[in-house]
Formats: sequence, structure tokens, C-alpha cells
Amino acid sequence: MSSAPHDSPLIVAGRRFASRLLVGTGKYRDFDETATAIEASGADVVTFAVRRTNLGQNPDEANLLDAIPPSRYTLLPNTAGCYTAKDAVRTCRLARELLDGHNLVKLEVLGDEKTLYPNVTETLAAAETLVNDGFDVMVYTSDDPIVAKELEKRGCCAVMPLGSLIGSGNGLLNPATLALILEHAEVPVLVDAGIGTASDAALAMEMGCDGVLMNSAIAHAKQPVLMASAMRKAIEAGREAFLAERMPRRASASPSSPFAGRINA
Amino acid sequence: MRRVNCGNAPQSRDGAIMQIQLNGEPHRLEPEATLATLIESLGLGGRRIAIEVNEEIVPRSLHAETPLSDGDRVEVVHAIGGG
Repeated sequence: MSSAPHDSPLIVAGRRFASRLLVGTGKYRDFDETATAIEASGADVVTFAVRRTNLGQNPDEANLLDAIPPSRYTLLPNTAGCYTAKDAVRTCRLARELLDGHNLVKLEVLGDEKTLYPNVTETLAAAETLVNDGFDVMVYTSDDPIVAKELEKRGCCAVMPLGSLIGSGNGLLNPATLALILEHAEVPVLVDAGIGTASDAALAMEMGCDGVLMNSAIAHAKQPVLMASAMRKAIEAGREAFLAERMPRRASASPSSPFAGRINA
Repeated sequence: MRRVNCGNAPQSRDGAIMQIQLNGEPHRLEPEATLATLIESLGLGGRRIAIEVNEEIVPRSLHAETPLSDGDRVEVVHAIGGG
């Protein structure tokens, strides 16, 4: 969880996080792999989903929160699978009860099952209700700078545009709109969804994103623990490159070695 | 299992078996059941769960003093992997 020299921590709703990589807990083989990969990622913030408990089945079944203890990680319950503001608000209230009053949530209200694209009208409505109910809302949204601003105006503590469709691994398909969001945002901007490999995460950070949230890119890599480590480095490398401010692009070459003193001069 | 139309079922009277909707499925309860007795009967005592009755959260501290009524819709949820 090392920070780049001279870097500041990620601050979301007054909470400080050393790592700018946020990770999910879905799609792993088992809780052991989940815990090992998340440890390798260095993430401080870990997302999970809220679902009906299977009743009458194996009461000794392992619990995700034993593998990812709330004492060690900042847990970020999501509203994945919700298609209406009402369901998303109910899910957040259940999560708050589940975590003894912890009020940081990841809001996502989806449009349809094929694209899992955000339904922005329902998302806006849910955001308003949740903020008024005392939640700190990190919100998954489209890469639309106007919608991002509207969510910010409603009091969301972080705006999280998609890089590409959830679980697609297609990376940042529209860096230009992401740049517009970054230019105008006054809350942290995190890319949430679409990351496929380390260079995607590094690019998001080089552009100035405050963080990246990912799940499938790690969990569905052939070697999730190794990819988690790669992502940790990519996030740190991208962040440092952003802070360092890259050189200008040039159309022509510029030698790195001096012309003076050449033996053929 | 005896099927009851929960939407129109009368409030439970003394000695009558109640039926609730538990995670979307019909579930029979002894009279005078509370949320706490339901949780115990499901083997979920001490587990990290959250509960809604008729779409309202019931805080853990109130489970023992929350009676259930015929036709109540109860949701019991927990944390699972997700992104």
C-alpha cells in the first residue's frame, strides 16, 4: 500500500485510502482465492453484493466477510442487479444494517441485462434519496460529463464512469469523454468497469483519474493473484506518471545523446 | 404445505398458524413468532445478516421485540462476492 513520492492519499467523503485501486469480490473460484488476490492487489476498498440468504442450506457455509474482514478493509456494498431506484435504495439500507451503520455505498442502477449500462434517470433519483438519507454515495455512471456533473450536484462523493461495459474487458473506449469528466469534476473520478489488463488501468491513472475499480480483470485472468499484483503496479505507475507530467509529444525525432563530440564530426 | 393467499389472509388469531413470505417463498410460523425466533429457527443466529419486514429495515437490536404477522414479507440478506 505504498504511495508515490509526494502523492496524497485518495480521499473519498473524508476517508483516506493509500491505494487507488478498488477491487470487487465476484467471480473468484473460492474465498481463499478472493482473499489472496485482494491482498496482492493492495486495495483498501473492497466491493461486495447483497443477496438473499439461502435458507435451510448448510448453516456452516463460509461467509465472504470472514475472508474480507470489515476490520481490515473498507467495505463498499454495491447495488448490482438493481434496475430501479427503489430497489437500489432498499439494497443500500440493507447493506448499512449489515455493516452496523457503515454508510459508504456504490450505487449502480442498471438499464438492461445485455449491456448492464447504467439507467441514469433511476441513478439520479436513487442518488438524491440516498444522499438525503445520510449515505456517502460513490456512483457508477455512463461516461457522460453532463450526467457526471448532475450526480455531483446531488451530493455524490465520487463519480465512477464506465471505461467500457461491465465485465467486457474492453478498456477505455472513450478517453475523450473521460477527459471531459475529469476536467470539470470537483469530486474524485474513478473508472469503474471495463478494465481488461494493466495498461488500461495505467492509462486511466495517467489521464488523471483518482482511482480505478475493477473485478473481472483480476478474477477472470488465468492467474488472478498475479494479475492483482500487476494491477497494483499499473495503478501506481499510472499515478506517478500523471504526477510527473509526461513530456510533450513531437512530430519529429529529438536525439537523447548530444551531437557535440561525435567521432565522425 | 398448505397454501394461503397472503395478500388477503386475515391477521393471525390465537393459536392459528401464520404464513409469511420469506425471501419470496411461503413460510409457516408458529403463533407469536418474533424476528428473533424466526432467525433462530433458520439456524442464522449470530450470523451477519440484515432483515427487512415489509420493505422496512428492522435493526438487529429490535429483532427480539419485533412480532411477525400473517402475510408479512420478510427479506433476509447477507454479503456475497460482487464487483
